[in-house]
Amino acid sequence: MDFAAILSAAVTGAIGPVAAAYALAAIGLNIHFGYTGLLNFGQVAFMLVGAYGVAISVSVFGLSLWLGVLVGVLCAIVLALLLGAPTLRLRSDYLAIATIAAGEILRLFYRSSYAEPLTGGVFGLQRFANEFYELNPFPAGEYGIGSITFSNRDLWVMVLGWGLVALATVFVYLLIHSPWGRVIRSIREDENAARSLGKNVYVYKLQSLILGGVIGSFGGMVMVINTQSANPDSFDPVVTFFVYTLLVLGGAGRIAGPLLGAVVFWFVVVFFDALLRQAIAAGYISSDIIGAPQAGAVRFALVGLGLLLLMVFRPQGILGRKEEMVLNGR
Amino acid sequence: MVDESTATLSNVAAEPGASKPDPILAADGVRRSFGGLNAVDVDHLELQRGAITALIGPNGAGKTTLFNVLTGFDRPSAGNWSFAGTELRGMAAHRVARLGMVRTFQLTKALARLTVLENLQLAATNQRGEGMFASLVRPLWRGQENRYRELADELLARFRLDHLREAHAGTLSGGQRKLLELARALMTRPRMLMLDEPMAGVNPALAQSLLEHITSLRDEGMTVCFVEHDMDMVMTTSDWVVCLAEGSVIAEGPPRAIGANPAVIDAYLGKHHDEPSSPEQPS
Repeated sequence: MDFAAILSAAVTGAIGPVAAAYALAAIGLNIHFGYTGLLNFGQVAFMLVGAYGVAISVSVFGLSLWLGVLVGVLCAIVLALLLGAPTLRLRSDYLAIATIAAGEILRLFYRSSYAEPLTGGVFGLQRFANEFYELNPFPAGEYGIGSITFSNRDLWVMVLGWGLVALATVFVYLLIHSPWGRVIRSIREDENAARSLGKNVYVYKLQSLILGGVIGSFGGMVMVINTQSANPDSFDPVVTFFVYTLLVLGGAGRIAGPLLGAVVFWFVVVFFDALLRQAIAAGYISSDIIGAPQAGAVRFALVGLGLLLLMVFRPQGILGRKEEMVLNGR
Repeated sequence: MVDESTATLSNVAAEPGASKPDPILAADGVRRSFGGLNAVDVDHLELQRGAITALIGPNGAGKTTLFNVLTGFDRPSAGNWSFAGTELRGMAAHRVARLGMVRTFQLTKALARLTVLENLQLAATNQRGEGMFASLVRPLWRGQENRYRELADELLARFRLDHLREAHAGTLSGGQRKLLELARALMTRPRMLMLDEPMAGVNPALAQSLLEHITSLRDEGMTVCFVEHDMDMVMTTSDWVVCLAEGSVIAEGPPRAIGANPAVIDAYLGKHHDEPSSPEQPS
């Protein structure tokens, strides 16, 4: 077994474009769940409308990619309004049910043959981000330290992805450390108390849903720009659960929680993946027990075990504060 | 000052639905039913401006439900009521609070993971930084935020919570939470305070200081209405007492008169409590 290769694969996964896309989705979800207390189980829907906003604008309507980004953001705002207007008066568990359903409805609609002229149905849409790659300032080649290398193409996507993560983190920091953020956090604690002090809770929840949704839609855009391919089935509910997982892992309700969570989560996932594959190839694990095709599923079982241990021994996440966790036991 | 507010109420008839010389809150035909049960059924009720009115009644009399309806936290089945001349029927709770009628809750709602100071800062009204876009531009609201922080610190000192300024509100004791909630309500600069059992679970020493706060607020011109089971507090603090039973106002009057009112005694102890009970009792 080549441990150096396993480690460098894990580091590559932790700082690669996919981790950046998940970090963005988690920063958005952190506004919803970590700060406002909204149990949004449909974050993937915001990623989907963002991704397809770009893909459809370019592939079908021949618009500029940058106009596509604007369309994606507008789609996320419209989705937040449609989703929020009827559901934000509901108690939090009903919001969770409504949002998870909305995510699945959107995915199934985008992959339906009815929507195929626009979305490409099950085949999705491809090659819509050329405009972005044409701007790549890095000359062709491999960049990196030692065995951790990225192509100039990956590097350019990483600049975009982590650049957006940095912007979004600063944005959320400013929002949360303001009177607006104080109202948002008070709604998380007790919305009737906020109401009794004259705060229009409904409007604040809607604003929170829109902001977090728009940031999440950028996550979806980075994801499909990275692969140059938008496919409805890459936006299944599991994505939302991964986003929750890494948010809780990093620390919900902490500014850097989603960022750290995304890096650690993808490090661990890729680490187990590479470890299993190497162990199977080297014959340490008999292919009768776990064959190479099953390794992908087993790594998530191991990730699940890791999370279980995290919940038992550090439920507040890496950056979370224990004392706040205790106070949450209302 | 105490004499002044009792004096203004001295000519008021001690009967249910009595009209007051200067009512700040007036309710007509307010009814709230849950299925077949009329939890609240108030024909007419006026609360005097600048006075402390106590709302008493046995458990299940509808005191908290009436509070919820009046402050917009519950919708009545029927009825109209107005606060300082504004009709409140159908108005959302946060707008009622902005008009200056601010309530507290029977089960205190300390915002657990906000600090004590943040709890108070939150309550300040018309904050520029509470707008989503304005919040990003610190210079727009920094001055106001500093002024409100000073105001919050004054209130904390007055309520002897200043040593807990940076503590999470969730770590406070029950009595401290009651103080915090009262201080937080005051931070909104209300015209009328609606306190739902401000003394429940508060130790006697803290209760005494809470009472002093409440009477001094009244002396500064604020109107106070509170629900309370502690009769000592009702008798020593209030200027006027309204007694509810089974959702209706059964008696009103100055505290001393209400203690002797047969309808009130009936409501609390059950009817016929003072009659010779039965023929088989030995004579």
